[in-house]
Amino acid sequence: MSLYVVLAILISALVTFSLRALPFLLFSGNRKMPGWLSRLGAVLPSSIMAVLIVYCLKGVKSDIIGTGVPSAIAVLVVALSYKWRHNTFLSILFGTAVYMVLLRVL
Amino acid sequence: MKRTEILKISFIKSLPILFSYLFIGAAYGILMQQAGFPLLSVLLVSTCVYTGAFQFVLTTLMASGASLITIAVTAFFMNSRQTFYALTFLDDISKTGRRKLFMVHSLTDETYAVNCTLELPPEEKREVMFYVAAFSHVYWLTGSLLGAVVGQLLPFSTDGIDFCMTALFVTIFLDQWEKSNRHFPALLGLTVGIVCLLIFGEGQFMLPALLLVSAVLVYDNSRRTKEAEKA
Repeated sequence: MSLYVVLAILISALVTFSLRALPFLLFSGNRKMPGWLSRLGAVLPSSIMAVLIVYCLKGVKSDIIGTGVPSAIAVLVVALSYKWRHNTFLSILFGTAVYMVLLRVL
Repeated sequence: MKRTEILKISFIKSLPILFSYLFIGAAYGILMQQAGFPLLSVLLVSTCVYTGAFQFVLTTLMASGASLITIAVTAFFMNSRQTFYALTFLDDISKTGRRKLFMVHSLTDETYAVNCTLELPPEEKREVMFYVAAFSHVYWLTGSLLGAVVGQLLPFSTDGIDFCMTALFVTIFLDQWEKSNRHFPALLGLTVGIVCLLIFGEGQFMLPALLLVSAVLVYDNSRRTKEAEKA
């Protein structure tokens, strides 16, 4: 493992643990979270998920047929199956299987 | 309640996590192995970082040689939701004694969701929370190591297994969409994400996109609060 990889992992671990521990350091006892922060916390997750979906699909414009079409169909499979059963595990399994097959067929 | 009964409840409560962590963990292990990272790094990430969605992103960031600052900022934004999870169980976790550090470290989307469904007396609830967290961490480690080891032995190519990450995000996105009656944050994220991708390119757009989204949300929240106060 290169030094870069070790540092990348350690920094990620440190940031992640700090975020999980933050409320225990800041808001224990009588101190409450400021209003703007709790309001941000209520809406931020949906925005971040949306940005992450864009991040996952960022490569599609460079290869519309090869990865764009399989991605679009597989995202549709995930969305529809999730609407239908509300089972995260099944939707991920279906969607990934469809994507892997399309990647080889198209 | 006896310990065996506590363990039984915890195991049953953790069953949905068992299946998804083994599968998603294995996909993660395969992805890491495909990207050329050694088994030790898989073990290290799944033990110390332990946050499903971000681990996938970390793999692609490390594989593309992203700067440590970009990695830190992406970790900050992607995992900031854990801060809000911790807030929900502040009291319960504060009372777990010497298990506290582990309880703080092991908060994930899935254990949070299971903890929300526990209807037990406080003492027993904290015990079950601990065992659900411990089981889940073991499932995740097992899945990722299995993926990293078995991935190379599979008789077929695992190309495209990374779609697992996209699928995970799409399901979380839909879940959040259904739970909220105001879709501005979700649509804002999509728009800002795409615009920043077109302006800054694939390698650079995450950081400006996340900062811009947060700024707009803080502004929008304060504007709406003021309007509500006026009304």
